[in-house]
Amino acid sequence: MTESVSPNNALHGQSNIASGFDSGNRKPVLEARGLVKRYGQVTALDGADFELFPGEILAVIGDNGAGKSTLIKALAGALVPDEGEIYVDGQLVHFRNPTDARRYGIETVYQDLALAPALDISENIFLGREIRREGPLGSIFRMLDKRRMRDESTNHMRDLKIGIRSMGQAVETLSGGQRQGVAVARSSAFARHVVIMDEPTAALGVKESHMVLDLIKQVRDRGLPVILISHNMPQVFEVADRVHIQRLGKRIAVIEPREFSMSDAVAIMTGAMVGEQVPTA
Amino acid sequence: MNTAVPADGATSGASGVRSLAASLWGLGPLLALILASAYFTTQSDRFLTGPNLSLVVQQSLVVGVLAIGQTLIILTAGIDLSCGAVMALASVVMARLAVVNGVNPLIALLLGILVAALFGVANGVLITRFDLPPFIVTLGTLNIAFAITHIYSQNQTITRVPDLLGILGSTFRIGGTSITYGTVLMFALYVLTWYVLRLTAAGRHVYAVGDNPEAARRSGINTTQLLIAVYLLAGILYGIAGWVSIGRTGAGDPNAGQTDNLASITAVVLGGTSLFGGRGRIMGTLIGVLIVGVFRNGLQLIGVESVYQVLITGILVILAVIVDQFARKRQL
Repeated sequence: MTESVSPNNALHGQSNIASGFDSGNRKPVLEARGLVKRYGQVTALDGADFELFPGEILAVIGDNGAGKSTLIKALAGALVPDEGEIYVDGQLVHFRNPTDARRYGIETVYQDLALAPALDISENIFLGREIRREGPLGSIFRMLDKRRMRDESTNHMRDLKIGIRSMGQAVETLSGGQRQGVAVARSSAFARHVVIMDEPTAALGVKESHMVLDLIKQVRDRGLPVILISHNMPQVFEVADRVHIQRLGKRIAVIEPREFSMSDAVAIMTGAMVGEQVPTA
Repeated sequence: MNTAVPADGATSGASGVRSLAASLWGLGPLLALILASAYFTTQSDRFLTGPNLSLVVQQSLVVGVLAIGQTLIILTAGIDLSCGAVMALASVVMARLAVVNGVNPLIALLLGILVAALFGVANGVLITRFDLPPFIVTLGTLNIAFAITHIYSQNQTITRVPDLLGILGSTFRIGGTSITYGTVLMFALYVLTWYVLRLTAAGRHVYAVGDNPEAARRSGINTTQLLIAVYLLAGILYGIAGWVSIGRTGAGDPNAGQTDNLASITAVVLGGTSLFGGRGRIMGTLIGVLIVGVFRNGLQLIGVESVYQVLITGILVILAVIVDQFARKRQL
């Protein structure tokens, strides 16, 4: 054992994670076993495992090409893995597309592609899940219940403490942070199990990034576990409860930010910290 | 533990100004229509009379109905060059089946609309399944529809159509003014389309697909299906426009509608709908149609050569596109 990794027993690798992290008897909300995804000669996922527990923010980090986004896409239903299993609440699932994942209460916030700028806030929050008026107006004439959607949008935005007054304003009139707020509100409003956030602060300034990090904590504090994909180590270490480190298509380690430094995490991620220091499978 | 995230004051202020500017621009086409009408009223005693206004609308009917389909397609960030040719084909099919082949007029009418609908589906499938640009696909179907029209009709205008096919040219009177059933049908189609676009999920999805197709797809909207449905619906509208055209001229005319594709795009653009998709209003298109109609009629009344109407339309179109581009740049 070297001094650079301590305490050693807090570092959980591929092999011992399955036997139980410090989660005690908690069961994972979302779990993956041995995911494999190949693109021709390239193996993007090479038997990757994954666990997300209730009420936590789990950051997923990894170098480019570590299979981080492939892993997330598999969990969000955006691609179908060649091998391996995914479990939601212990139940084996097969996602063919994002809509399947959404049916299991897994919602994804994308970096910048998720909103229609010319539509207003409540139309964006309810896009693809519009609520119709009750009675024949809704069932026969397909009329939308715009007031109800605006009221519910206002509630979601208020729950997340996003200070936007009018749900009728077009998303393009909002700042970058406010737009991301709408995306987060949209996902957390419909997620029953998991919110996946793919680089939610990548396009934002410092102040706006902090607003979004606060939102992420809000979502967790409301009881929804969050998967956060990020390149930004300081942000990861600020909000994450655990950090899943992906390397060469596998989960190489899971660490807790309070027990490791950022440079440790980077060292594990890049392979600089290897061998006995990091129990790999 | 978290403080409330305040609304960004500067952004809200700017957005206030922007939305004011946006709503003023939304009124722009209406303002242009009112100003043009006011001008022609001062220049000609005949302009602001019931019969003359009824004539303005009647002259705008075919393009008016085509422009509904065109608006739907442009909202999805597409364009349709085939609409006029498909309309002409539908009218020839209706007239020829009924007059030459003695088919029941109602069935001839429905078959004409069906032919137009098939062209719409063909456009939609080629654009979505083969991922081809709408401009090129509809340029192709424009030529195909044009050729089929002339082959099938043997270049002959079919007159003496049965009553049902000509009925949209029949009139009823309100006060001293004759109004055609075609006029009523066109306004009804605009109101129906407004309802669907504004108040139903499908309508909002049309905007979303034109605005950000990736976001629409990720929201669980089947964008391929939606686009094919839009082109199908547009095709049905072109078929109805063919029926309107028979009512207007009393004949199935293979040479009808040759410039109507550009005229319908002109009306959509004048009405403030963005050629980049996702933004626009169906009632703006109606106003755009009427602007063109009022200029044509008004300039005729005051004895200006019709070529000046074309000149003014050209200038207005470029003006409308400049404002659209400017508004978009401000928003991005």
